[in-house]
Amino acid sequence: MKAADAIVKCLQKENVEIVFGYPGGAVLPLYESLRSSSIKHILVRQEQAAVHSASGYARSLGRVGVAIGTSGPGATNLITGIATAYMDSIPMVVFTGQVSTELMGRDVFQEVDITGATEPFIKHSYLVKDATQIPRIIKEAFHLASTGRPGPVLIDVPKDVQNDRLDYVYPQDVSIRGYKPTVQGHMGQIKRAIRKLRNSKRPLICVGGGILRSKAQEELANFVTKAKIPVVHTLMGIGALPVDHPYYFGMVGSHGFAHANRAVSQSDLLVVIGARVADRATAGPGLFAKNAEIIHIDIDPAEIGKNLGTLIPTVGDAKNILQQLIKGITSLATDQWVQNLREIKDSQKDVLFEDRVGVNPKVILKTLGGILEDTAIVTADVGQNQIWAARNFPVTGKRQLLTSGGLGTMGYSLPAAVGAKIACPDYQVVAVVGDGGFQMSMFELGTMAQNGLPLVILLFNNSRLGMVRELQNDGYGECFGIDLTGNPDFIKLVGAYGFSGIRVHNDDQFADAMKTGLAATKPFLVECIVDPKESTL
Amino acid sequence: MNRQVISILVDNQSGVLSRVAGLFSRRGYNIDSLSVGETETANLSRMTIVARGDDATLEQIKKQLNKLVDVIRVISLASEESVYRELVLLKVGAPSTNRAGISEIVDIFRAKIIDVASESMTVEITGDESKIKAFIELMQPYGIKEIVRTGLTALQRGDRDIKH
Repeated sequence: MKAADAIVKCLQKENVEIVFGYPGGAVLPLYESLRSSSIKHILVRQEQAAVHSASGYARSLGRVGVAIGTSGPGATNLITGIATAYMDSIPMVVFTGQVSTELMGRDVFQEVDITGATEPFIKHSYLVKDATQIPRIIKEAFHLASTGRPGPVLIDVPKDVQNDRLDYVYPQDVSIRGYKPTVQGHMGQIKRAIRKLRNSKRPLICVGGGILRSKAQEELANFVTKAKIPVVHTLMGIGALPVDHPYYFGMVGSHGFAHANRAVSQSDLLVVIGARVADRATAGPGLFAKNAEIIHIDIDPAEIGKNLGTLIPTVGDAKNILQQLIKGITSLATDQWVQNLREIKDSQKDVLFEDRVGVNPKVILKTLGGILEDTAIVTADVGQNQIWAARNFPVTGKRQLLTSGGLGTMGYSLPAAVGAKIACPDYQVVAVVGDGGFQMSMFELGTMAQNGLPLVILLFNNSRLGMVRELQNDGYGECFGIDLTGNPDFIKLVGAYGFSGIRVHNDDQFADAMKTGLAATKPFLVECIVDPKESTL
Repeated sequence: MNRQVISILVDNQSGVLSRVAGLFSRRGYNIDSLSVGETETANLSRMTIVARGDDATLEQIKKQLNKLVDVIRVISLASEESVYRELVLLKVGAPSTNRAGISEIVDIFRAKIIDVASESMTVEITGDESKIKAFIELMQPYGIKEIVRTGLTALQRGDRDIKH
């Protein structure tokens, strides 16, 4: 069998139905095999979007996303997407074409060392020099991407190797000597954790994206309900516990809520689950939970002790460990502590800013929460729009909020929404984005048009890079603010792709505009005009 | 800052050296030396790394190394439980008047003269760090023209090996 055909067969064995990609010379043999297969190829308009779309697809379905690019510039365009996926532990397999083996190392047309270039931010990578290894490599790649701490895996296949022949046998099992992730938590550590919890007066749980990767939302809810422990979360932990859960106390960190940060600083025992608690989640090294002893649960042993001093390290899968914790725990006497936190939470008030021109984005996102269904997927870009969404859009029921937390990649929202809509065509999908991030990925309007994806783009237009402006004002004074003079008329722009849009100037106009958008059979733009002085928090 | 000798068993894949070396540079870990070579088993290589850092950093170094898929096992080799060796070649200025003096020191250190030319000698020495340091100091007055070192390499003492 031709190696390119074998790659497609392997993908089918891994139940891949959809791939996101952009072709080029060095990957054409694979494209020819794809063309005649049952796998659907979504043509993006730039390779970075292929990876972000694969990420949106992977996150919304809980499966491995697949992206494909060609050699050279195709491969380098994938890089930001790969780094984004790596930082947020998104399961993904990325294929790149490479120049033919005999040309490698000679700086020929469209040659780049992509396995070398991605090495610092990829879970693993393969450069395929022997076609007979393809089935083993693909089997390993999907295993690596989806188990342990998930992440992107790259397979770089030279053009001549794609055309080679091999005897196709897909391996049943994977055996990688250097890769044995610990899934089961150590029972001794779990018992120690339970004893500590029993003796704690002010226990608190801080969860991150690990709960979502491990699909442990239900276990988390059961555990905290049984034990009566309040929960805060990081940006990546949005959706780990519904916001209307009685023990939900909000997002921590520099852009989190004061009451959530207060809970962390007042707690005497903090259980961190599936979070690395990097700088954005803390006020600085050594300042996070300084009055608390730490129990840290993570599938990646390297995360434990990296950012936080830990009393009880527990390596393993969050779902598995929470199941053990549920068995061992009894209801704790936390009523007074929870009551205190509730009082602090209820006493918080939004920053008042009344003489604005345009909408109040925070009100808009709360309103969106009232409009969307219980299964809706919202993607958020990076900057003020991300924090507005993270703080104000209520993730309840089976809703998801997908955003680039670790790398903070502008331009993520639109392609991630494409991936989510293709993965879940029956769910409402809304891409929250600023006018800066929109223009970083607006070429994806073409992908939306080609695939007729009925998703809604919720654009917050302040003609600024709002968060940069805010940081510059705080740090350097008013006169350094960046503005985006030269913005297009966004309604006309989507019109050129055949979609409609509505411009919203005040909060009252929003609900109708959004409902119109959700009812549309094509992509739809709701553009909200935002005062440039609007604050993030 | 503590110093630790870390021994790593790796799958001998292309790129494994760059993955390990890259890990040290991008995370800002201090590395004194790195040596690598094949082992008794085909497809497996062994690296010996001398790293410096506080306890937390050294712990992180080992955890991050363990995360690399090509890395099969990582152990620390404490000096009291291990043998450390390094091989050094040095070319030292040796006109005929100096040869006897150099030769005497070479004998005392159980080093070996492996090449002689009209104005220089090349000497091979193996040993632990203190021996090599002392030898180099004694060679300095003769004028060292070149030194190459393999970097430290090490094994556990006794019957234990890295696979157990």
